[in-house]
Amino acid sequence: MRVAENLNLALHELFAADPELMLLGEDVGDPYGGAFKVTKGLSTRWPDRVLSTPLSEGGIVGVGAGLALTGTPAIVEIMFGDFVALAFDQIANFASKSVSMYGHERPMPLTVRCPTGGGRGYGPTHSQSLQKHFIGLPGLALYETTPLHDNRDLLARVVGAGEPAVLFEDKVLYTQRVLTDGVVDDLFSYDLLTPDVARVFVDDPETYDCVVITTGGVAHRALAAARSLLLEEEITCLVLVPAKLHPFDVGPLLPALRGAKTVVVAEESTAGGTWGAEVAHRLHRSLWTTLRGPVALAHSADSVIPTAPHLEAEVLVGASRIHRAVVEAVRG
Amino acid sequence: MTNATTAPARPVMSAVDDADLMLMLTIRHFEWKLLELFAQGRLNGTTHTCLGQEYVPVALRGLLRERDHVFSNHRGHGHYLARHQDPAGLLAEIMGREGAVCNGVGGSQHILRDRYLSTGVQGQSLPVAAGVALRLKRAEPGALACAYVGDGTWGEGAVYEALNMARLWDLPLLVVVEHNGIAQSTPTSAQLAGTIGARAAAFGVDHVRSTSTDVVGLREELAPAVDRVRRGSGPLVAELITHRVGPHSKGDDTRSESDRAAVADADWYRRYPVGRAEQFERLDAAARDLVDAVADDVTARPPSRWGQS
Repeated sequence: MRVAENLNLALHELFAADPELMLLGEDVGDPYGGAFKVTKGLSTRWPDRVLSTPLSEGGIVGVGAGLALTGTPAIVEIMFGDFVALAFDQIANFASKSVSMYGHERPMPLTVRCPTGGGRGYGPTHSQSLQKHFIGLPGLALYETTPLHDNRDLLARVVGAGEPAVLFEDKVLYTQRVLTDGVVDDLFSYDLLTPDVARVFVDDPETYDCVVITTGGVAHRALAAARSLLLEEEITCLVLVPAKLHPFDVGPLLPALRGAKTVVVAEESTAGGTWGAEVAHRLHRSLWTTLRGPVALAHSADSVIPTAPHLEAEVLVGASRIHRAVVEAVRG
Repeated sequence: MTNATTAPARPVMSAVDDADLMLMLTIRHFEWKLLELFAQGRLNGTTHTCLGQEYVPVALRGLLRERDHVFSNHRGHGHYLARHQDPAGLLAEIMGREGAVCNGVGGSQHILRDRYLSTGVQGQSLPVAAGVALRLKRAEPGALACAYVGDGTWGEGAVYEALNMARLWDLPLLVVVEHNGIAQSTPTSAQLAGTIGARAAAFGVDHVRSTSTDVVGLREELAPAVDRVRRGSGPLVAELITHRVGPHSKGDDTRSESDRAAVADADWYRRYPVGRAEQFERLDAAARDLVDAVADDVTARPPSRWGQS
């Protein structure tokens, strides 16, 4: 099953389970079913709970927040994650604040889904990974779909948490299959280190030369790098893929990181003020005395994301960049 | 010149009952008390008083029901007091004292209590109110979401996104525009092209405009249109020409002497006592005493506590 189909199934299950749940977004209704078909079939089964909206990202996130304010869980799809910039006020100044700024803790079951990332030639305003702009907003949780988590569980957790959340969904990942049964390929296996963090390893999750922590959207590139590193460099990687990006709790990872000498964080964000920098900071506070050197970052260039495929490939983080970052961290 | 200063000659105001007048006067004395406490350096941060506009939420109070949601803005003390009649909780909130409605976290412009909510960013509340109205339409037909905005708020795109959706989906959304002719220091003529009525009409949204500063008259004018909102006819923009007698915040009134004089002349507080001195003076004294007592009580309280759990 592809990730987009898995997400679609997750939404169908959530709608069947919760008669209050609502979804809003641009072109989410059938027969179109959303720009990436993630909402396919929903409006046919629940026509009054799935609303195709005008082109008003700020407005529809505000409507979602209003529904959530009354206790109605709401999911808002942003057609391209880049457009969530238009909803920043509602997320930063209302939804995330409302859970605490009225002096009492208050639920706000609002989930904003953002198809994210490049690699499809959509150009500078349709290819970004904007996670970093939402890090550190009190009251806001950030998640990302991965090929190693069943999105039925993930989405149920995100929506069920009753707090404002942004779910980033990599657009290339939509087309790739969800991994199952603990098998990545002939070399790599995976398990869930915690319900939130998937762990990919060669034979023994305790034996590795480098830890690569990466987002769901970059997981396949990190796995490709882990493969080439093993076959070409004899470097063994442990790859960790958290589904919850922020707040990022390193506590549950520490037992698995006991032997870590080198850590690389890989993400698609362009350089500067990134999620990886936040993770690195948190790891430094816990692992400073046992690491060989600072946590290294592998990310996209400090650049707009070009449209032409050869130019886009130069900017976006790829397996080879992660490969090089690991070699430098281990041998540098 | 602004709309606020070109309103027609003042008719005699209708008599209001003691409860309504007491509420208007309580709001007036509450706002005066805030300015006094500011002048004494006893208030922190900022505040926006609704001096001159007190009759608006009092008039609306007669048209709103318990199940309706009210959304307020930065200039919301009158809206809150008309909804909850809780001057002590509000003053404690503004001063960060024990008994504060929101434990002193929200302050003057971020208050939530039951179905009353205020936020400090212009235009932000309208899409949220539309979302609440969507819920009400589905779950509690007959109830509505009432959102107070100013004339300055019409510069925000969120207003139009919300009006569009409210019309498309026939949402029970009542937008009350307190059109006081001035956005902070900018006269409406310099910040609003066309008219609010024409903007509402462009969305096919019902629009009522009133220059009345009369509680009874306003209720009569608005009642049929508000009733239509409850019965499912979709959103309504009620544009009320009003008068900001005080500064935007504190000591920042940049209007000319003559503009200020014209606004003061329109003030209900000056006009209402004509022929009704007994009722006015009796309740004015009662409201002043009430607010004085509230202020004495609240200022003596310990700081509020915020337990983030």
